[in-house]
Amino acid sequence: MKEYKTITQIAGPLVFVSDVSGVSYNEIVEIMIPGGERRKGQVLDVSNKNAVVQVFGGTDGISTSQTSVRFLGETMRLGLSTDMLGRVFNGLGEPRDKGPKIIPKEKVDITGLPINPYSRQSPNEFIQTGISTVDCMNTLVRGQKLPIFSGAGLPHNQLTVQIARQAKVRGTDEKFAVVFAAIGITHEEASFFMRDFEKTGALENAVLFLNLADDPSVERIITPRLALTTAEYLAYEQDMHVLTLITDMTNYCEALREISSARQEVPGRRGYPGYMYTDLSTIYERAGRVRGSNGSVTQIPVLTMPGDDKTHPIADLTGYITEGQILLSRELHRKNIYPPVDVLPSLSRLMNAGIGEERTREDHKGVSDQLYAGYANGRDLRSLSAVVGEEALSPVDRKFLKLADQFEARFVRQGAYENRTIEQTLELAWDLLSILPEDELKRVKKSYIDKYLPKKKEEKKE
Amino acid sequence: MMKGKIVRISGPVVEANLPDARLYDVVKVGEERLLGEIIKIVGEISVIQVYEDTSGLKPGEPVDSTGAPLSVELGPGLLQSIYDGIQRPLKVIEEQAGGVYITRGIEAPALDQKKKWDFKATAKKGDKVKKGDILGTVQETELIEHRIMSPYEGKIESISSGKYTVSEKIGEISFEGKKYPLKLAQKWFVRKSRPVVEKFPPNIPLITGQRIIDTFFPIAKGGTAAIPGPFGSGKTVTQQSLAKYSDTQIVIYVGCGERGNEMTEVLKEFPELEDPNTGKPLMQRTVLIANTSNMPVAAREASIYTGVTIAEYFRDMGYDVALMADSTSRWAEAMREIGGRLEEMPGEEGYPAYLARRLAEFYERAGRVRCLGTEDRYGSVTIIGAVSPPGGDISEPVSQNTLRVTKVFLALDAPLAYRRHFPAINWLKSYTLYSNSLEEYFAKEVSSEFTKLSKAAMELLQKEAELQEVVQLVGPDALPEKEQAILMVTKMLREDYLQQNAFVDYDARCELIKQYNMLKTIMKFGENTNSALDLGVQLKKIQELPVKTKIGRMKELLEIKDFEKLHKEIDGNFEELR
Repeated sequence: MKEYKTITQIAGPLVFVSDVSGVSYNEIVEIMIPGGERRKGQVLDVSNKNAVVQVFGGTDGISTSQTSVRFLGETMRLGLSTDMLGRVFNGLGEPRDKGPKIIPKEKVDITGLPINPYSRQSPNEFIQTGISTVDCMNTLVRGQKLPIFSGAGLPHNQLTVQIARQAKVRGTDEKFAVVFAAIGITHEEASFFMRDFEKTGALENAVLFLNLADDPSVERIITPRLALTTAEYLAYEQDMHVLTLITDMTNYCEALREISSARQEVPGRRGYPGYMYTDLSTIYERAGRVRGSNGSVTQIPVLTMPGDDKTHPIADLTGYITEGQILLSRELHRKNIYPPVDVLPSLSRLMNAGIGEERTREDHKGVSDQLYAGYANGRDLRSLSAVVGEEALSPVDRKFLKLADQFEARFVRQGAYENRTIEQTLELAWDLLSILPEDELKRVKKSYIDKYLPKKKEEKKE
Repeated sequence: MMKGKIVRISGPVVEANLPDARLYDVVKVGEERLLGEIIKIVGEISVIQVYEDTSGLKPGEPVDSTGAPLSVELGPGLLQSIYDGIQRPLKVIEEQAGGVYITRGIEAPALDQKKKWDFKATAKKGDKVKKGDILGTVQETELIEHRIMSPYEGKIESISSGKYTVSEKIGEISFEGKKYPLKLAQKWFVRKSRPVVEKFPPNIPLITGQRIIDTFFPIAKGGTAAIPGPFGSGKTVTQQSLAKYSDTQIVIYVGCGERGNEMTEVLKEFPELEDPNTGKPLMQRTVLIANTSNMPVAAREASIYTGVTIAEYFRDMGYDVALMADSTSRWAEAMREIGGRLEEMPGEEGYPAYLARRLAEFYERAGRVRCLGTEDRYGSVTIIGAVSPPGGDISEPVSQNTLRVTKVFLALDAPLAYRRHFPAINWLKSYTLYSNSLEEYFAKEVSSEFTKLSKAAMELLQKEAELQEVVQLVGPDALPEKEQAILMVTKMLREDYLQQNAFVDYDARCELIKQYNMLKTIMKFGENTNSALDLGVQLKKIQELPVKTKIGRMKELLEIKDFEKLHKEIDGNFEELR
């Protein structure tokens, strides 16, 4: 093992070591600070003579003369075992609860290798979350990555917890696990999650990685990767269905920017590094189903959009990688509607694969499209009626307006413990659609209207 | 072979001491022999972009130059293949890696080296051939006959039909006293476009089966189109619809920085889909290139070139080829990322200063051409590139530089997507520069009225935008009935014509003749409305006509006679009003 006392420069989270040899790129290092403390780091750049090391535990107390650096000759690995279920770890994968150390069954590189697109299986199993705006309008399927775009002060934590509590694939009783990665969230938020996991008994099937707001920020680069390495192990080696919750990705991106700026790299938009897209993709793309394994990794990352701005680089780049997004709206939140999901800019790209006759119900696609179109129209009319008054609208337009109001009040709004089945959700949807005149229902097949529209159903009975 | 040693590693960029190296030569890096390409030379130091993850590389490890630039292997076996960005077949990678992950240092031949192809020689011994002349054919799939072209000029010394692998000798050619072996496969450097005799102005439309494109913004065979839009506006669905339903003979689909799950959907769907013209699986005419966002960034940069080179190769056989690139923004970002690692002086928004040149060079590889060779043979490459502007704002450099070189602009729009109006192509912002050159074709093949109708409909849609501004201020009832009628007709145009459902069989592809009939139906209804209003009929009465609901469901009609019946019904309905 090579040990050096040749630190020449310390800048932010980075340490520059000179006169090194035989050091490899991405290698893990141990930094020994006078007084006996040891911190971990990773090689970011290496040449014949110099190595740049990013330090996970913060660089305070490191000096150019007294500190020694030891290169460990291997890349960052995580020891894995099913004993991890029910345990809580810190942002570097060390036990945070009072339990024993994990005896690993295998050690795996945490960067992960890209999954061969040819070896993937297309995700198509419907996950019922019990939340109407998700199930009917932005359906989640196993193996999908569907982020929640939120803003400061919006109830994304409640929503995430509700999804974790209620999510299930109907008619199956398969092994299920939750992997939770907290990135730079507050102690209070973390204990909210822990309490809920404990209360519902989810904790015994969960693995938690916590990097809290006062933990070193550079660790945040590692934390989601530890969580996903664990998720992949449980899914592809142990055939479990893993729901991975990562909150908050905004803090991750801030850490990325911090390191990039310390390295004096050419910045991209708003100071974030130009490779942020690629970097984020190596996190988000670690979701899916693969051939030869029954398990799956479903990812729900949460990010708070600075200034509720969807075009901010963090939200923007995320949206280009993930398979849709659930967008929370401040306006709905102010109207005291929970969950404040704004369905119009929300999207699930894998929805069509997970719905329909054999998966949910034959009319699902048409109903959802019709509600989208109707609600969008109603919202436009709402702003129009604010100018010209409701009386100036045509009778049909007034019906659309009513649809939009009822949609928010009855369909979007539901209790934090209200778990609606997809049938209940669709019934509710038809109930709302019956507000509109029948010839406006162009998105639904005629035969479904006859079958499901409440009016028609009653006629049939008579 | 030149040898050297690594001196520095920074992400995907490696510097090596490699004297006498040539720019763009391919090198093997480190003990694991990772594939890379020289992208900059400073004195004796070569800067290499590595196509695989560089974790664990050390300074001092060996670097070997292969002495040749990055090239693709062209020959029978390309079709139905799924490649990564540097033409390694993903299926073979899976077998070699023995698992679902792409491990490092895998080398795999692009074409199946063992498969024997049935070659039928058409050239004879003693024939004098030019570059590009056809030597013989291989029936590669049921749909496509692979034409083997001579890579050399000279006299054929020997050639014979029979069963060959791609690397076996099928004959010999002599030029200036030297003899060269002829094979089924040949190589071509990806960064160099394949030569042609002449390029022609495009005057044949690419029939896409998408109403808004064919009717209002047609693309020409051999043309270029850009599809910019924010995320979630349906770029990928549009690209895939074009790949599935266009009337081209070959489709090259490049997933450049795409989502893995979406690529899987393509991989699963294409073999199941039928070619609308022949009923055979679409995959038989398709080459897929999948370099997902988490695969190495340098291979993403190469994937676009790999795709367009394969497209040109099929064009040279005399085929019409469509290349879908999704997304060119990811490609540009790969350039930016590598430029940043090279510490180049950045241009706008951190993109390298050569971004505009690279984009122009890429789109310039499209065209309808007379192919190389003695006989008259015509082929085309149509390039349709998706652009993903940050925040959907197309004032950024990639969109702007793309618009400068492409001729069709299909602007995808978030508000349309929100209300599930698909394809979410904004008809007010989009444009095509091919309408004049294609008018003649439409008049001949569809109807002399077609272009007239489409222009009239577009005028109405533009009028609608103006009227909507007024409505926002005073409400719809304040408009005169004639103008309200326009709003009624444009609503029909939007909902019953422009909207097209890619997920139902009767609407996913719409033939030109059906497009014409549908458009005619709505415009006929509009004309009748106008004359009825002149006669003093109330608009409310017209809105309640039973035939209007039928028009709302005309997408489901399949036969022309159904439309004729519908047209009669319109006349009948209005007759009753009078």
